[in-house]
Amino acid sequence: MASFTKSLFLFLFIQFCFSILPSSFAQSPTPGSSDGYTIYGRVKIPSFGTKEFSLPAKVSNVKVILNGGQRVSFLRPDGYFSFHNVPAGTHLIEVVAKGYFFSPVRVDVSARNPGKIQAALTENRRGLSEFVLEPLKEEQYYEIREPFSIMSIVKSPMGLMMGFMLIVVFLMPKLMENMDPEEMKRAQEEMRNQGVPSLASLLPGAARSN
Amino acid sequence: MAMAIRVFLSFLLFLSLTNLASSLYEDQVGLMDWHQQYIGKVKHAVFHTQKTGRKRVLVSTEENVVASLDLRHGEIFWRHVLGTNDVVDGIDIALGKYVITLSSDGSILRAWNLPDGQMVWESSLQGSKESKSILNIPKNLKADKDDLILVFGKGCLHAISGIDGEVLWRKDFASESIEVSHIIQSPEVIYVAGFVGSSKFYVYEVNAKSGELLKNNHVALPFATSGESLSVSGDKFVVLDDVRSKIVTIDINNGNINYNQKQVSDLIKDSSGQAVILPSKLPGLFALKINSQVLLIKVTNEGELVALDQIDNTAAFSNALSISEDQHVFAFVQYEDNKIQLSVKDVNDWNGALLKENLVIDHQRGNIEKIFINNYVRTDRSHGFRALMVMEDHSLLLVQQGEIVWSREDGLASVVDVTTSELPVEKEGVSVAKVEQNLFEWLKGHVLKLKGTLMIASAEEKIAIQKLRLRSSEKSKMTRDHNGFRKLLIVLTRAGKVFALHTGDGRIVWSTTLHALRKSEDCEHPVGLNIYQWQVPHHHALDENPSLLVIGRCGPSVTAPTVISFLDAYTGKELNSLSLAHTVARVIPLPYTDSTEQRLHLIIDVNKHAYLYPRTPEAIEILKREFSNIYWYSVETDNGVIRGHALKSNCIHEIVDEYCFVFRDLWSIVFPSESEKIIATVTRKSNEVVHTQAKVMTDHDVMYKYISKNILFVANAAPKASGEIGTATPEEATLVIYIIDTVTGRILHRMTHHGCQGPVHAVFSENWVVYHYFNLRAHRHEMSVIEVYDQSRADNKDIWKFVLGKHNLTSPISSYYRPEISAKSQSYFFTHSVKAIEVTSTAKGITSKQLLIGTIGDQVLALDKRFLDPRRTLNPSQAEKEEGIIPLTDSLPIISQSYITHSLKVEGLRGIVTVPAKLESTSLVFAYGVDLFFTQIAPSRTYDSLTEDFSYALLLLTIVALVAALFVTYVLSERKDLEEKWR
Repeated sequence: MASFTKSLFLFLFIQFCFSILPSSFAQSPTPGSSDGYTIYGRVKIPSFGTKEFSLPAKVSNVKVILNGGQRVSFLRPDGYFSFHNVPAGTHLIEVVAKGYFFSPVRVDVSARNPGKIQAALTENRRGLSEFVLEPLKEEQYYEIREPFSIMSIVKSPMGLMMGFMLIVVFLMPKLMENMDPEEMKRAQEEMRNQGVPSLASLLPGAARSN
Repeated sequence: MAMAIRVFLSFLLFLSLTNLASSLYEDQVGLMDWHQQYIGKVKHAVFHTQKTGRKRVLVSTEENVVASLDLRHGEIFWRHVLGTNDVVDGIDIALGKYVITLSSDGSILRAWNLPDGQMVWESSLQGSKESKSILNIPKNLKADKDDLILVFGKGCLHAISGIDGEVLWRKDFASESIEVSHIIQSPEVIYVAGFVGSSKFYVYEVNAKSGELLKNNHVALPFATSGESLSVSGDKFVVLDDVRSKIVTIDINNGNINYNQKQVSDLIKDSSGQAVILPSKLPGLFALKINSQVLLIKVTNEGELVALDQIDNTAAFSNALSISEDQHVFAFVQYEDNKIQLSVKDVNDWNGALLKENLVIDHQRGNIEKIFINNYVRTDRSHGFRALMVMEDHSLLLVQQGEIVWSREDGLASVVDVTTSELPVEKEGVSVAKVEQNLFEWLKGHVLKLKGTLMIASAEEKIAIQKLRLRSSEKSKMTRDHNGFRKLLIVLTRAGKVFALHTGDGRIVWSTTLHALRKSEDCEHPVGLNIYQWQVPHHHALDENPSLLVIGRCGPSVTAPTVISFLDAYTGKELNSLSLAHTVARVIPLPYTDSTEQRLHLIIDVNKHAYLYPRTPEAIEILKREFSNIYWYSVETDNGVIRGHALKSNCIHEIVDEYCFVFRDLWSIVFPSESEKIIATVTRKSNEVVHTQAKVMTDHDVMYKYISKNILFVANAAPKASGEIGTATPEEATLVIYIIDTVTGRILHRMTHHGCQGPVHAVFSENWVVYHYFNLRAHRHEMSVIEVYDQSRADNKDIWKFVLGKHNLTSPISSYYRPEISAKSQSYFFTHSVKAIEVTSTAKGITSKQLLIGTIGDQVLALDKRFLDPRRTLNPSQAEKEEGIIPLTDSLPIISQSYITHSLKVEGLRGIVTVPAKLESTSLVFAYGVDLFFTQIAPSRTYDSLTEDFSYALLLLTIVALVAALFVTYVLSERKDLEEKWR
């Protein structure tokens, strides 16, 4: 898990290095109203593409939600979104996209020096230098059916039982063979005395053999 | 031996731990679940029926949904659910390719791509004043021009480019104190018209290119006006005066404003009723409604009013539709006996009707509330018309050529309450012949399934398998099944319509609009409130059908008149309905039934009276017997008070009503209003079954759960932090949690979360409560669990006390007996915001529980209760691990496979309901919002039944193979025996 996260970070870092976007972090006090700021941001869904059935990143179904449902915004085709007239304070932005897991983002809109917004992912407390939100991981809603293999049958409880039985049937006689024949005879004698029913005696018609 | 058992147990545990997520394979979708998509009651509709491309209608609804519907079948092409505060004010099409929506009181303008619903641009419009919002998109037949979108909202006029949403200019009217009601566009000049006060009519002329104010003009009417003014044509307006006796026509031709007035009585003989101008936009015409009659009045070029026609029993008028350069048509519907007549007429040619069709619409749908028309060209080049009708029950119909082409039950987008009903018992057993006939088919199906599990099925066979599984007629039968999976979900919608949905496939079994909740003179805005099970026959009255109690009200306020209605749960027939003389503040189903198994209900009104239903002497008899055992509580959120009540005596009225009681206050808890405000209260479900009272700890200690039906969870937030996230600082926010016994008013437990705030969502079950809130310090959501244990019974585990008879197990349990309580609590981070929390419920309460969390993404996540166990520690001991305690982590895991909605969304999720199936392992889950979703879940897997994909063929194969092996080994052993004997 740890290594996975590490590689994910590395991946995200590379993503950032290559992103040549203009600063999408701009915000300005809006004219006309005194207490509103605008939060601009961008949602970027990289095509993980590792699995063949990965969903195509459909931007039209992505929602960006401010403060747990206070406002809902949608993405433009280029992935940008904005919230207007946001008062100064600390806010929470959540991205809802089917098939992807996004961390909520803590957004500090500063009242003292307008023009300053700080953002950090709340899941891992990582600050964002640019307001580009990316999924932490893909979400797989279905179990994947394992293709049919001998191993899966062997591993299943039934298979384990079968395996045990096979071992008993085929390995035990081998072990018996290695035993001293005299000792064997004595053991058989003992068993007979104790009257342990053998498989043969249980079967119909086997009684006469005794 | 003990060692072996321990190893085996831990092995089993390992197996069960790996399966904490209840997951689904992709091909199992639709087997046990169904999902229905709705949009809600349509407010505006715009047709898009160009010759090329798919024909569609764009709608905005009261659930804040913007959607594009297929005009042929009524299916949803695309749909967006806007935020709850983002009410859509207007919708239109611009440039022939964008859908423009104006929302949030005219402050957000969005453009959506017509084919796929992708948002193209969004514009935030600023303004300082609350005002009416108007969206005006000029209908240019030549689309090459840069379309200017005019929006009036928040006291400002904005001109916005249709291509990129850029605000070209804005003109602030906030300082002018004008109530703008019309925007009229001509190529160079925009007229902005409206009233200042109620008698001064102002018209401003604004330059269309720059937004510069050219001139303003006004006329002062010698009387006040009332109601909305209506624009009749480009330069004429009509409005009624304040006593509704005169019609005023205002003409703003050439910058001069003139007005004419005419008495309503001059136009119609019987003008005794209240006149109302209907808001249909018809060029040169307007419709005046008096009583149930509608008068169509023509406004001539000179401003004269001429009454054209008088139409009786009119339901709705459409806006005018321009079908060619100079031909404008409109539609209206009339009631005629049992039929509905749809007429389409030309505005200028009153006598000839373009269309006259008779329709039969199901009576249950109620009246037609809105009608939108659209035209198409028939093969013989004449015009045909189709009409989209919005009904009283919020359903949507498309009518073409006198027939209903499709209908959508969009009332189901506003479910307010849910209950369930059992289906009838199957009368006859399945005949043997039928089974034999199907045996071959059955075997074939299983062989196919076996192929599927072995992954050797071909593509066609796979399709056949999937079809076979989905088709399974078992699940949609109309009879009770052995496992209790088949039930009726009875839902009440806001429109006051009751639907019964089959849990197997979600189809509507019946639907009923309550007669008493139809819109009428006495009942202006009927709303459905609650639905209860009234009669659930299972012992003495098995031959009767179960019935339901529905409560509705004629308006949003608590004091509005209330109606109650009784429905047959199998047929939906209304058995009885009553208009109550009293109001309904609360309904309390009592745990008593009479001899016909009708449940007793107490209805509390706002004047502190309790009324008993059913109104039978027998019910009174039962109530008298249990008089001193009935307690309830009330929460006054505004005052911060919780009170406990008990019945006192009969009401003292002039008319003796023995079903009416007054009640007394037993206790009250007053929260300090300066530091605490009630934001959430949650109590246990009254029908919850608890299997075991005690919990065995790892050290073989026994803890007794504190289980009481009369227990209430209250969450209070600091008043400053009772708003939404982002409005408070951590220093001023605290969340205080109480657990209160509602019989004695005793506070069992109190806890403070510093730096935390709401919204709080909670669920109470057995002896624990789980709640979700926001931690401002960490700026993350948290979930906490409190488990309440009864300490006074803890001594009972001493064996010597049992021997000596000193235990208190036989002492009666009463709420007045004050047990010693201990509460354990733990908190965890949770990633998402939450819309609803529910817990699974099973028939006997043995199966472990799962929390069902409706997340902000409109999905439902199943989270095992074991993750919310106060006994979790960082390093659980071996014994604790064996018991299933998960090592403590700071946040709760979100395993994507455990979303019970899998890849679906229940848009606008509002509530989750769980119902136990008869099979102990299984719980039925119904989630509702704009969409509906139903599924079955088994929190501990289906340990008491074979799974759906269990392969009988494999079992048969194994048995056959074993028998064969048996004989082979038998023969072999015989042979060996013989050889040995010869030796």
